[in-house]
Formats: sequence, C-alpha cells, structure tokens
Amino acid sequence: MADSSGIIRQTAAETAAQIAAGDVSAVEVAEAHLARIDAVDEKVHAFLHVDREGALARARAVDAKRERGEKLGPLAGVPLALKDIFTTEGVPTTAGSKMLQGWVPPYDATVTRRLKEADVVILGKTNMDEFAMGSSTENSAYGHTGNPWDLTRIPGGSGGGSSAAITAHMAALAIGTDTGGSIRQPASVTGTVGVKPTYGGVSRYGMIAFSSSLDQGGPCARTVLDAALLHEVLAGHDPMDSTSIDAPVPPVVEAARNGSVAGMRVGVVKEFRGEGYQTGVMQRFDEAVELLRELGAEVVEVSCPSFDKALAAYYLIAPAEVSSNLARYDGLRYGLRTGDDGTHSAEEVTSLTRAAGFGPEVKRRIMLGTYALSSGYYDAYYGSAQKVRTLITRDFERAYEQVDVLVSPTTPTTAFPIGERVDDPMAMYLADLCTIPSNLAGNAAMSLPCGLAPEDGLPVGLQIIAPAMADDRLYRVGAAVEAAFTDRWGHPLLEEAPAL
Amino acid sequence: MPGITREEVAHLARLARLELSGEELDHFAGQLDAIIGAVARVADVAGEDVPPTSHPLPLTNVMRPDAVRPSLTAQQALSGAPAQEQQRFKVPQILGEE
Repeated sequence: MADSSGIIRQTAAETAAQIAAGDVSAVEVAEAHLARIDAVDEKVHAFLHVDREGALARARAVDAKRERGEKLGPLAGVPLALKDIFTTEGVPTTAGSKMLQGWVPPYDATVTRRLKEADVVILGKTNMDEFAMGSSTENSAYGHTGNPWDLTRIPGGSGGGSSAAITAHMAALAIGTDTGGSIRQPASVTGTVGVKPTYGGVSRYGMIAFSSSLDQGGPCARTVLDAALLHEVLAGHDPMDSTSIDAPVPPVVEAARNGSVAGMRVGVVKEFRGEGYQTGVMQRFDEAVELLRELGAEVVEVSCPSFDKALAAYYLIAPAEVSSNLARYDGLRYGLRTGDDGTHSAEEVTSLTRAAGFGPEVKRRIMLGTYALSSGYYDAYYGSAQKVRTLITRDFERAYEQVDVLVSPTTPTTAFPIGERVDDPMAMYLADLCTIPSNLAGNAAMSLPCGLAPEDGLPVGLQIIAPAMADDRLYRVGAAVEAAFTDRWGHPLLEEAPAL
Repeated sequence: MPGITREEVAHLARLARLELSGEELDHFAGQLDAIIGAVARVADVAGEDVPPTSHPLPLTNVMRPDAVRPSLTAQQALSGAPAQEQQRFKVPQILGEE
C-alpha cells in the first residue's frame, strides 16, 4: 500500500492516474482521506456529514470496474467534498440551516449525478453559511469552520467547509456555489483555486436556490488543472435546468494543460483599489500583475465606473430573489414544522416555523428583499438595481473590447478573525466587493493563490475574469501564473500552511 | 429615502411570515436601516433609457416535449413531510372555524 500521507497530498490528476494504472486502489485512497478527516476535522469542522459507507462502496465499485477492464471516468476514485447545498439521494442535505435538519432528499442534483457518473468518490457534505448567505461560514446553523492556515480565522464563505476540506487535505476536490463570491473568496483566503463558471455553464437542478439569477456551482481544487478536470465533469447542458446553456463546454482542460499569457491583453480594473484594501493584498496583487507582464502579457488599466455600485445593486437583487425563493419553506411539505399543536392556523405555523428555522442573516435578507419589492419602493430599489446591473454588464463589454481577461484581487483582505464581522452585516458584505460584478453580469471568474500577505502570513488570491463562455481563458492564464509562482516559490503555496 | 422604523420591520416580518420577538425587531430595525441607507445609492444612477436586467441570459420560455417521464413516487415525494395522512401532506387548519 502506498504511503497514506503521500496520497492525501497528491493532486486529483495524479491520484486518478495512479488509480487508473492500478498503482493504488480507490479504496486505499478513500481510506486515507477518511483517516485524515478522523484526525483533523474535529479541529477544522469542514464536514457536516461524512458518508463513510457510501464513499467506501463507491470506491470498491471503481476498483471492481478497473479490474473488469471497464473504462473509468477521468476522475475515477478521486475523493471529493460536496457543499451541503446539493441534494444527494439518501444522504442528509441541510444547506447549513435548521430548516432542513434531518432532511434526506429523494433525488440527486445534476451535479451529484455527474460526479457519480464520473466515478468520483463523494466523501460527505461540507459546512456553509445558511442557504449560502455569508462570507465566513459563521452563519451556519451547525457552528463555524476554521481556516486551516489559522483556526481562529474564517475559511471564507459561504463555501468555507469546501475550501477548508481541500486545504487540510481531507479531500482532493470540492464543489462550491458562487452567488456573490462564495467559491472565489473562500479559495482566496485558503490559498486554493476556485472557479465560478459562466452563469448557465453548470446545472442548478438540485442546487438549493438562494438567488436564482446569480447562483452558479463550480469547482474547488488545489491546482488549476484539477479545477479544470472537475469543471469538465460538472459542465454542460442539462434539460432539467431551463437556464442551462445549450452549447459546447469551453475547452478548459486543454487550456489548463497549455498555460500561457504570451500576447494576451490583460486589464487591471482601476476601481478595485483604495480604501478598505489591505496593503499586503495589494502588494501581492501588484506583483502578480508584474509577473503577467514578465510572462508576455500586455497589461493595460481599464475603468469600470459602475462597479462602484455593484455591491449596492447586489444587496437589493439577491435579497429580492431570496424573499421569493425561500417562501417555499412553509413548514408544510418538507423540512421543519414548529407550533403544530392544534391551537395555531397554518399561517401561524408557517410564521413560527420560519422564526425557528432561519438564522439572523437569512431573516435579514428575507426582510430586505420584501422591502425592496414592496409597492412604493420597487422602482427606487429593485428597479434601480436592475438598471445598475445593465450598466455593469456594459462596463464589462467595453472592457472586453480592449482586453482578453480582467484581473483584480479576489477579496480586499486576508482571512479575518472569527467573530469580527458576524454582527456587522455591511462589513461582512465588503468581502465580496470584487467578486460580485461577475455574478451580476453572468461571466466566468477564477481565484488562485498569488502569495502570502507580509503583515499576517495569510494567503492572497488573484482574481481572473473572462467573458461569458470563455471560461477556458481563466485556465490558460491561471495555469501560466500558477506555474510561474510555483517556480518562484520552489513549491506550491499550500506547503507553507502550518501542520494541523 | 425614508429610514426604516421598528413598525415597518414588524410589517415586513408579517408579510414575510416571520414571527419576530420584540428584541429581534429592535435589532433588525437598526441593521436594516443601515443596509438600506447603503444600498439606496443605486437610485438615480441609471437614466430612463437604461433597460433593466433581470437575468444574465437572454432566454424566453424554454420548453420541453409534453411527454410522460419517470418521476418521484408518492412515497418518495412524501418522504420529507412533517405530517402525512392517506398519501397526502397533512397541514394545520387553514380556514377559521365557523
């Protein structure tokens, strides 16, 4: 048997190749990761549910398939941590909420199904901000997750369980969802790679809805190539999602294998700088821009003046959709029911159930959305926000007339201490300042590590943004940057993370 | 734009079917006021001629063939029900007693 401490540190591409070649079994790989979860997850708390039996059964099936000489999927036997927002048949799914405590879905999300079809081994479900609303994973009803770089700091959010699981080598891959930055910001603060595909690129069927015009599932990984391999498994048209794009998946794996920025035009967004941006974050970002120049990119500054209003527009549009989407939690058909003692009407039971089942951030957003959509305020708030959304899309279109991709810091600061912003919603919302415009416009974006901030030794993320359905550009640029930085540092950034 | 009062929060909570305590009303009133104060800056940014965007994709009425397909069984569909009776969701009383 191969050394298990070696197995958990390999990339998904390496592990898949070894399993396919018979150098290691999928069961050995699953057991090594389950042992790692046993050893460190009490401290990290990345998982809400570990599906030990299911994972081992799937791993055994992969090994049997290989022994029979059947064709294996591209990520066969690779262990993955699935954000608890995707339905999994027979496996509890809570979306981080008390509202869904104990709920066992009767069906698989399309993402879940595609992972299974690709022979990926799903280890369990990861912690998240309740219904994906948050930037720190502190809004989970089941307790917070620690950042493996420093357990007193946030792992990002909403997908903090997924980012922490791969950072702490409990899984090789993870899945996140990104409505305003929930894949990219966790990747940024944990020194990992996260991609928000083009809106419509990955099916939302069975992905519990937060803000349907913004939500997008995507890959989390420790390398750009691993993210691309996972992206390819997830992406593609799905008739079960009417907003799924019916077009070929951009050639992301080919791009990740051929990283290059020579001759590419890269735009630095002028507006993503200034007050609120940590000095060390900007220092590492500026170095990354310099690196892009050295690698042969033509770097120009671009202005996107409406980005300044993106956060405000987002905090009207997303809550408006929340107030509508979360109306389904009425205590009648599934999930929690409170107060049904024969003395309360259905309406009262619904109000009591929602009071007991939702946490403070979800309640805030439901009321904010109800306000933004209410008669008399609709035009001033929701209507104006939708127009700002148009202006932001136009800013991107103008920028892409000059450049192939845009770059920025992923988030203005490194991981902040747990508890620092939990009762200051506006401070929390600022974490998504640079990621939100891509959700509003529906284009593709990646975060990948560009070093540690000198003042606190914590990871800094570089964000790359590409036009809709040009996701391959993210991987082409990301792979080039990753290779050059790894060369410069002498090793991948994650090797500098302290032992747990 | 007007600030948001405790009474307004209570009204919103009623509309949203959220039973809030007096303490929660006070807490949320301050926070919602601060958030709305910050997001109000979207007003009057765009001119009359700017169309609203509700969605990133230009899609209308995606249809599928009207054909019978496999679906959840009644038992599966009821598997998460807080209460059920005779293959139906059992819900609290909806109409008042006459």
